[in-house]
Amino acid sequence: MSTAAIPYTVEARPDTGLNNVKLGIWLFLASEVMLFGSLFAAYIMLRTGNPAWGAGSELLSIPLATLNTVVLITSSVTMVMSWVAAMERKLGKFRLYMGSTVALGAVFMVVKGFEYAAKFEHHHPPAYSTFMACYFTFTGLHALHVLAGMGVNFYFGFLNTKMMASNPQQFANRVETAGLFWHFVDLVWIFLFPVLYLLNFGPLNHH
Amino acid sequence: MDAIAGHDHVDLKKHVRTYMLVFGSLMVLTLVTVGLRYLDLPVVPAIMIALAIAMVKGSLVACYFMHLISERKLILIIMLATVFFFFGVLLGPVVTELNEINPIK
Repeated sequence: MSTAAIPYTVEARPDTGLNNVKLGIWLFLASEVMLFGSLFAAYIMLRTGNPAWGAGSELLSIPLATLNTVVLITSSVTMVMSWVAAMERKLGKFRLYMGSTVALGAVFMVVKGFEYAAKFEHHHPPAYSTFMACYFTFTGLHALHVLAGMGVNFYFGFLNTKMMASNPQQFANRVETAGLFWHFVDLVWIFLFPVLYLLNFGPLNHH
Repeated sequence: MDAIAGHDHVDLKKHVRTYMLVFGSLMVLTLVTVGLRYLDLPVVPAIMIALAIAMVKGSLVACYFMHLISERKLILIIMLATVFFFFGVLLGPVVTELNEINPIK
């Protein structure tokens, strides 16, 4: 058995009760939780240790970020609906929902682009303050994840759909897996949004 | 409907209804989170309420969009272990550096 490759199958393994792909993506998401979790932990350390913290909301646009939150949550819904369509083997419906997911991801990136451009225009680059460094690091890493998700979703939506006819179970499993990554990206933003945009106050220490 | 491991006897219509309910809840909670900002609450309650709402939203996404609520226990155990390690990463440095952050006079 030492030369056997890991099979591309949606069969549940008897030892885990899951198929390989499902377990694999959840393990990957666990590592991503640690990645973003470490960043959040670092932010909390920096914030509580720095009495001279300015109010970040003076530097950031809450309306734009609220729009992005709505965009990402909607894209999560269209993503899960595309999985439903894949389960139903309805190609047209699948393409519509997957296309919407990719499009909403693009909207998110465009809005982010405007935000970043405005920051640089107003001379608030990452070097301006610890807060701006944190802001660019967190949202930049998150945006890279959005971009990666868009690539995967576009591939399954428009370049790999033959598998819906030839191997529908595996295809629906792939779509669900891509969905798990996309929902995770949405989940990270759900935490990023209040922490960076809403929960920033002036100096905490009044000693 | 063919059974994919983990989604045997899936009632897709029921799922879709759940997704729409979750979508509505997430929108409402987003508006509540933003609206709270204009209440000018003191620091500690503001942080606690905002993070509590974020955790509810996150749980909705995880449980229903990511199917965690009907997923095998093994996955839940993995994610709980991750949460445990996250708190370790968070609290380890905080606890050991507490005197630097908020010196006891």
